[in-house]
Amino acid sequence: MQPEDQTLDQVVFEIEIQISNADGLHMRPAMQFVDLASKFDCEITVSNDQASVDGKSIMEMSMLAATCGTKLKVRAEGADAAEAVEAIRELVEVKKFDEPAPPEKK
Amino acid sequence: MEIKKGIAVSPGISIGKCLVIDAEDYRIPRRSIKASQRMMEVQRARNAFLAAIEELMALESQQDQVEQSKIKDIFAVHLRFLRDRSLRKRVTDMIHTESVTAEFAVSAALREIALHFTRVKDAYISERAADIYDIERRLLRQLLGSKREDIEHLTEEVVVVARQISPTQTAGFNRDFVKGIASDAGGRTGHAAIVARSLGIPAVVGLEDFTEAVNGGDTVIIDGNRGIVIAKPDEATIAEYENYSNEFLQMEQRLDAIREKPAVTRDGVHIVMLGNIEFPDEAELVLEKGGEGIGLYRTEFLYLGSEQEPTEQDHYEAYAETIKVFKERPVIIRTMDLGADKYTQDKRFVREPNPFLGLRSIRFCLRNLTLFKTQLRAILRASVLGSVKVMFPLISNVQELMQAKLILRDVMEDLDDVSIAYNRDIDVGIMIETPSAALTAATLARDVNFFSIGTNDLTQYTLAVDRGNEMVSTLYSPVDPAVLRLIRTVIQDAHKEQIDLSVCGEVASEPEYVMLMLGMGVRKLSLAPPMIPEIKQIIRSVTMEDCNAVARRALGMNSERQIATYLRNAAREVLPEAF
Repeated sequence: MQPEDQTLDQVVFEIEIQISNADGLHMRPAMQFVDLASKFDCEITVSNDQASVDGKSIMEMSMLAATCGTKLKVRAEGADAAEAVEAIRELVEVKKFDEPAPPEKK
Repeated sequence: MEIKKGIAVSPGISIGKCLVIDAEDYRIPRRSIKASQRMMEVQRARNAFLAAIEELMALESQQDQVEQSKIKDIFAVHLRFLRDRSLRKRVTDMIHTESVTAEFAVSAALREIALHFTRVKDAYISERAADIYDIERRLLRQLLGSKREDIEHLTEEVVVVARQISPTQTAGFNRDFVKGIASDAGGRTGHAAIVARSLGIPAVVGLEDFTEAVNGGDTVIIDGNRGIVIAKPDEATIAEYENYSNEFLQMEQRLDAIREKPAVTRDGVHIVMLGNIEFPDEAELVLEKGGEGIGLYRTEFLYLGSEQEPTEQDHYEAYAETIKVFKERPVIIRTMDLGADKYTQDKRFVREPNPFLGLRSIRFCLRNLTLFKTQLRAILRASVLGSVKVMFPLISNVQELMQAKLILRDVMEDLDDVSIAYNRDIDVGIMIETPSAALTAATLARDVNFFSIGTNDLTQYTLAVDRGNEMVSTLYSPVDPAVLRLIRTVIQDAHKEQIDLSVCGEVASEPEYVMLMLGMGVRKLSLAPPMIPEIKQIIRSVTMEDCNAVARRALGMNSERQIATYLRNAAREVLPEAF
């Protein structure tokens, strides 16, 4: 994770995350995502290969309709961008929204 | 005035103020506003969001005692939507740019989002559309307040205009006040269609975007006979339809008397009247209207009604239900005739540049043998229950017929193997609806038990006219000399081979064409059940001699216009009150 661009307080971080809870980014995970994103002051943009949306808008986030396995780019722009992307990565990939992972494929 | 053509699913005429309902019973005024009102509407929208949040928070706090985390989650999600800046911006932007009311903007914005969800393949996510509708409802309740009108509390007669009508809504219909139904969605098999028929009110469905064309309270004419709706008709049109409607009612009453009487010309020639039906529940209607059997049992509803392909049992049950009603009277089951105009272009078939000339109907079946055999097996199984005949649509050459018959024989052998009973001598027939079939009728006739002339497609293919295309639809006429010559050929060839012949296109239910058809040698007509009494009345008023003369004259004429005018006048002479 490298800052792409750094001025005084204009920090940009971009990471790629993969949705790994079984039911994907449905309403409750979308809500958790948005709640977390909203704690930060930086602008957070989330994109799939078709659209880029505001990571703080539940409407836009849920419209991404990210299912399990979907890869998303998270771009944060602002003073606390580094913390923001790290927290988001943890929520999505480590905690997996406190939801079950998909059953193991045999 | 705006005229739209849809699918007529329940006959009758209805003129009335319209009640526009959305999927959730609310009436959404689709009014445009003046530029000066936009700020006020934006403020109304904002207030609605705030009030909805308050309402929801109050509800949420009541849930505290109970540990119902699911419900709390739902509330929490809804709250976040209501607070969502992007969502609010969508609504206020729409009010500004399109100058519409807050209600309309809220409904349109949320429905767009819901639609987005329903298109997601993942079931878990697509079902979230329901949440969005819920939020929409909450907001609309704030905006509409006491103005909310639901269809259970009507105090005046209305025609209902809706995107789609749900079973719950129709259960709540006040039958005294709902006088007609028009819906954007739906086919002949839809819920609206079935309900309208059972209520005996006119209905037109498949209107695509008719809800956009009307505001609540506009006058709307629903013509369930011709499948036309007219929004904001001018006075002349209203007057014309009021007459038409009155005549229709009087006619209906007069015709009640005729239902029991046979369809015999004044000089004693019996004409067999059969019904065209779409679903099993129409079978009774055919009998009620005086039909003597089913000349065309369309089976597409089985494929369109659900997402899954129908099973053999689905087919069998539908056929058995109909055959039971008719006992020994004939029931002609047409095999699957999907493609082209039948809405399946998106669903199951690859899009084709020229669907009417493409892989449809029997062609599709011959390429999808599992599907075809499933249906044939069910038809054969049902053949022991009554007088069942099987009919292949859109045959365009003799090879197709041979192939279809071969497959039928295969299925028979399969049934033999497992000792399932069927009628080995089941009558096999074909629709004559392509010029190639008409021109080679003499050959085709040797290998079938009957022909049924499908005049709608035959006309369209012969004249190279898409009747749905308004730029050329005036060229469409089943009494064009070219079409009539083909029909004559088919009738003559059928007679030569001594096979059965019926006409099942719209020509059969067109009062003006009855004499011509009889004069050309047709003795069996298959038509929409509501039209049977009227056509029977005409048959009972003519002599074969009149009909022969009419046919001779018409076939000698060289222009469509001349023929159409002549037929109209001839029919008026026989039965002035029908025209």
